[in-house]
Amino acid sequence: MSGNRAIGVYSEKYDLMLEMLGKGRELADKQQVELVAVLIGYNVADKTSELMKYGADKVYLADDPTLERFQAEAYLGILHSLAVDYEPETVMIGSTRNGKPLAARLATRLDAGCVPDCTRLGVDENGRLVCERIAYGGNATAKIAFAKKPQIVTVPQRAFDKPLPKDRSGQVVKVDVKVDAARTEVVDVKPLETSNVRIEEAEVIVSCGRGLEKKEDRALLDELAVVLGGQAGSSRPLAEDRKWFTEWVGLSGHKVKPKLYIACGISGVIQHVAGIRDSKVIVAINKDEQAPIFEIADYGVVGNLYEILPALKEAIKKQLQ
Amino acid sequence: MKQAIDVSQLKVDPATRQLITATAPKKISDFDKNALEEAVKIKEKAGNAELCTLTVTSEDAKTVLREALAMGADKAYVVNDTGLRNVDTFGTAYVLAEAIKKIGEYDLILCGETSLDSFSGLVGARLAELLGLPLVSSVRKLSVEGDAVTAERSLEESIEAVKAKMPCLVSVTREINQPRIPSLMMIMKASKKEIVNWTLADLNVQKEKLASKIELVEVLAPKTERKKIRITGESVQEIAEKLAKALIQEGVVKR
Repeated sequence: MSGNRAIGVYSEKYDLMLEMLGKGRELADKQQVELVAVLIGYNVADKTSELMKYGADKVYLADDPTLERFQAEAYLGILHSLAVDYEPETVMIGSTRNGKPLAARLATRLDAGCVPDCTRLGVDENGRLVCERIAYGGNATAKIAFAKKPQIVTVPQRAFDKPLPKDRSGQVVKVDVKVDAARTEVVDVKPLETSNVRIEEAEVIVSCGRGLEKKEDRALLDELAVVLGGQAGSSRPLAEDRKWFTEWVGLSGHKVKPKLYIACGISGVIQHVAGIRDSKVIVAINKDEQAPIFEIADYGVVGNLYEILPALKEAIKKQLQ
Repeated sequence: MKQAIDVSQLKVDPATRQLITATAPKKISDFDKNALEEAVKIKEKAGNAELCTLTVTSEDAKTVLREALAMGADKAYVVNDTGLRNVDTFGTAYVLAEAIKKIGEYDLILCGETSLDSFSGLVGARLAELLGLPLVSSVRKLSVEGDAVTAERSLEESIEAVKAKMPCLVSVTREINQPRIPSLMMIMKASKKEIVNWTLADLNVQKEKLASKIELVEVLAPKTERKKIRITGESVQEIAEKLAKALIQEGVVKR
């Protein structure tokens, strides 16, 4: 396979695509290759110029009424035939719940390797792409390279910053759309009941774990969060086992990087820690002075969250006056 | 099913930041346990279905296979071969696909959406692709009716209800159920169930086919550079005052 010296970028989530284009541009410049975005949807042609402003040299546009909604087989078919015709060296795909299986299936069709959830991407002294990802449930960071091309990576949301748009232009290539028949049928879509502010976007998170005794007690977190201009959150057991929260912070839930993360009654299992590691300041409040959460905290308080949280709320209110 | 390293019991050598994986305890990957539990429930409802588990490994996996049988699987298949030591997600999926073809006909393949230790989340989708099956991923609720499955997929911003004809492959999240803990009776019964052992040669898999497409450069524990300041005081109020002051000084509390 001769292969084009190019990096291809795709996500069905537009913001994530822009984030990947920022990183993709940096890699493309280092490797002296072309950066190509793939845009799939219906009535989306007006977005192509924006993709170029965010870094794409070229945009492949698949615009068709049948592509209005994400559909795995159709989207996979388009990406696969583009990859076969165009032979990019590297493909970056947004690591969403739909994007990751898409990447896995594309890699399998192309007989390619795939490194999922890369939190860092760089080029080594030999010009080789090196990916970093969290491994062993947050116990380690793995650096991974590829043994062959094409090389496929997936990129989670907010791993890379959205770049500043520049005054750039490029080429738009229309793709002939042949839609592969769907093999699953979507019968209903319900929006998730989440709080207004997305937890990954909150600047301050007051989070609790098993130390919270009753569902109603989350008011303690909400009240402090309001004073701090942030949001309440939880660790996995309170959401998944007790269903007191609809979402959770941690490796299997949301990875967050707020300015301030206050962990209350959270023991600090490694999967949770992996989800908060990039926070600027971490505060731990826990009754158990041996709790592992203290090892990764900037400020630790051994004590009862039911006493500390209201007192902290009052203290902050007072000092901010 | 994957026999995964129990990441909560993994130790790190603080001097080298290397993980001590060789002696780390292993268990059924949590997500796969949810898949197995869901399969047992479906079997209980369907009555006449046969439930098989399949594992590929380069190490002895008897303990986890016995646990799977105790939870309700009828038969366990294991492909155990040192040739599987450094395979990537393609290699794993390829061997699973070959073993499934050898096992014979099936209606439904269930797997965990990701694994506890490597957390890649690729094998299920790769397997569906290799077997040419419809894929329903990230499933938090599942029912089987006639020759189709209906599933609720948990996406970032929505819940999607999806229908697919069997045979198909479904990958499940941990929300889907609470895996049962087998009773002593079930454990005793499981000791009589069959475990089928295969090697790569039994599946006619060439080792070259399994050459990893990725190269592990290094695996190291992350550095933690945190201040680790303990805030103490005579009273809760004093502690709160000190903490509030520190947070304002850090510039993380907006005025």
